[in-house]
Amino acid sequence: MSAAGVPLSWYLVLAALLFTLGAAGFIFRRNIITMFMCIELMLNAVNLTFVALAYHLRQVDGLVLAFFVMVVAAAEAAVGLAIILTVFRNRASVQIDEVQALKD
Amino acid sequence: MHLWLIPAFPLAGFLLNGIFGRRASKTFVNAVAVGAVLASFLWTLKTLGALWPLEALHLERYFTWIQAGDVRIGFDLAMDRLSAVMLLVITGVGLLIHIYSIGYMAHEGGYYRFFAYLNLFMFFMITLVLAANFLLLFVGWEGVGLCSYLLIGFWFLRSSATNAANKAFIVNRVGDFGFSIGIYLIYLHFGSLDFPEVFQAASRQPVEAGLGPLTLIGLLLAVGATGKSAQIPLYVWLPDAMEGPTPVSALIHAATMVTAGVYMVARCSAIYTHAPLAMEAVALIGLATAFLAATIGLTQFDIKKVFAYSTISQLGYMFLGAGVGAFGASIYHLWTHAFFKALLFLGAGSLIHALGEQDLRKMGGLRAKTPITFWTLLAAAVSISGVPFTAGFFSKDEILLAAYHHAPWMYWMGTLTAALTAFYVFRAIFLAFFGEPRGWSHAHESPPVMTVPLALLAVLSLIGGFAPVSRWLAPSFPAAQGHHETVLVAISVGAGLAGIALAWWFYVARPGLAERVAARLGAFYRLVYNKYFVDEIYRAALVQPVITSSQQMLWRKVDVGWIDGAVNGLAARACAAGDLLRRLQSGNLRSYAAWVLLGALGLLLTIGVAGGAR
Repeated sequence: MSAAGVPLSWYLVLAALLFTLGAAGFIFRRNIITMFMCIELMLNAVNLTFVALAYHLRQVDGLVLAFFVMVVAAAEAAVGLAIILTVFRNRASVQIDEVQALKD
Repeated sequence: MHLWLIPAFPLAGFLLNGIFGRRASKTFVNAVAVGAVLASFLWTLKTLGALWPLEALHLERYFTWIQAGDVRIGFDLAMDRLSAVMLLVITGVGLLIHIYSIGYMAHEGGYYRFFAYLNLFMFFMITLVLAANFLLLFVGWEGVGLCSYLLIGFWFLRSSATNAANKAFIVNRVGDFGFSIGIYLIYLHFGSLDFPEVFQAASRQPVEAGLGPLTLIGLLLAVGATGKSAQIPLYVWLPDAMEGPTPVSALIHAATMVTAGVYMVARCSAIYTHAPLAMEAVALIGLATAFLAATIGLTQFDIKKVFAYSTISQLGYMFLGAGVGAFGASIYHLWTHAFFKALLFLGAGSLIHALGEQDLRKMGGLRAKTPITFWTLLAAAVSISGVPFTAGFFSKDEILLAAYHHAPWMYWMGTLTAALTAFYVFRAIFLAFFGEPRGWSHAHESPPVMTVPLALLAVLSLIGGFAPVSRWLAPSFPAAQGHHETVLVAISVGAGLAGIALAWWFYVARPGLAERVAARLGAFYRLVYNKYFVDEIYRAALVQPVITSSQQMLWRKVDVGWIDGAVNGLAARACAAGDLLRRLQSGNLRSYAAWVLLGALGLLLTIGVAGGAR
């Protein structure tokens, strides 16, 4: 049991819900920026799992991993937003269906 | 005594000319090539002087070449009297031929290439005779084969030359196959490849009555020798090898390389004397080759072909000598043959240089135009015919005498061959130098750079027989029985003189008689003229089946059907699989994401189920 009295399973269920939302949003939305935010959502859902379990198990590993995920997310945000910006400049659109040039 | 310097000089010459010769002047190329051989000749003399009288083997070990388990093959050179004789022939005659080539090749393209190859040949040939174990000998053996190939195909723009080069190389592979198995058997039987050990062990063994290991080794080595020394059944490459420049024919295909087989048999005398069956085979091969090649020589009109068959025939004599146990006489004949046969070829080259023609039917009456060539060729001709006190007389008679003591019929066959030899050589001389000019307008004597070597070789052809080679070699070989018998000598000399007289009768006294006799003989003449159709038989019996089976079976079935089929089949499957997978790449990022998700779920499910099962 955690100190605040919130059971572990709640955290995990919340994380799962967040992850599902993110995945669904990534698959069903067309706006690249929205998809991008969905990725962040998924990453943070995983982060929540890590932190919750680390707290629950009294181990520091999960916390370390959460920091890694944050770093990766930051890097990803920098690169991803740059890509999105370039796509928008070239195509005047942020609709994912209109970006298929590498198909063939 | 730094034996290694003897082969090192020509190797250095080859490297210098091969790398820098292209841009260098002819003077540079000449100086390097001739200088290298000269240095090697002088070093041979110096070594010989220092080691004189060279009664025992002088062995020098340099470094371990191959070490694998118990097998240790060293880079060891050795000099004894046998290799000393060979070295003198190779470097001495080789030097004269190098000088001659300066004149002969003066107007040819690829000048530096020619001399580079020639020097490379000298390197390998010297390695061959100095080698102190079978594997090193084999290196030289293969190396001279390579140089022979390169030089036969020197004019590689002519398809006949490249074909001849290929033929020489491939036919020699057959012989070398036997040779290499022989070497393997030697290792298996004696546990060593070093000459001193092998021959000491061999001489301790009893003489084999039937087919034992020594006999088998002897026969296999003889197979190698028949390839390199152009004996039946592998002689067919040598006449074609005349496609190469004439100095090459003189050096490689008359004086030195083709005698490597004789040298090898003589070197292995300790093995052969304990394997009488193998010796008998060598003698029979030699005698048959000597006789058949001489008959073919009677009918050829290409002057180089005549001398090529003559070389085969004379090599047959050497094998006969070795086969009847007269190894010393065999090497003696090798020694004298190197002089007069090199001279015959160089003289022929001088004529070819003068006329641009090598068909005897188009020569005639050249005596006055090319006097030096005429007189030197005459010296070679009397020597090969065995006219008394010329070089060929001594060595040939020694072989014939030994043959008589082995089996009289061999002597008679050899004497008949001697008559044929005298006939075909003088036929060539008379056709070329006597009678009326037939179809040439201008001819000129060759420059001194060519005629001086001719003159020197002529002197050697006449007096070279006074060097007591076989007596000097006697300690190296088991004593050959037989003493001088004046009657036998007189008969064989008479046979030679009769051959000369008959040639005179046919081609000078009664011109036109030869054609009538040929017409009378009809089918038999055509059989001989076409060289007994051996090439055609080989083509039909050996070459064509290989070509046909390669085309029908190996090419169409195995290569196209199986190998290509397997490769193409795999590629087609990969294409088909790719085609299926390509549909996944729709360009729709959301569907990729869906796939990823599905995949992840699938993995989770699989692991979950598998984990649950456990």
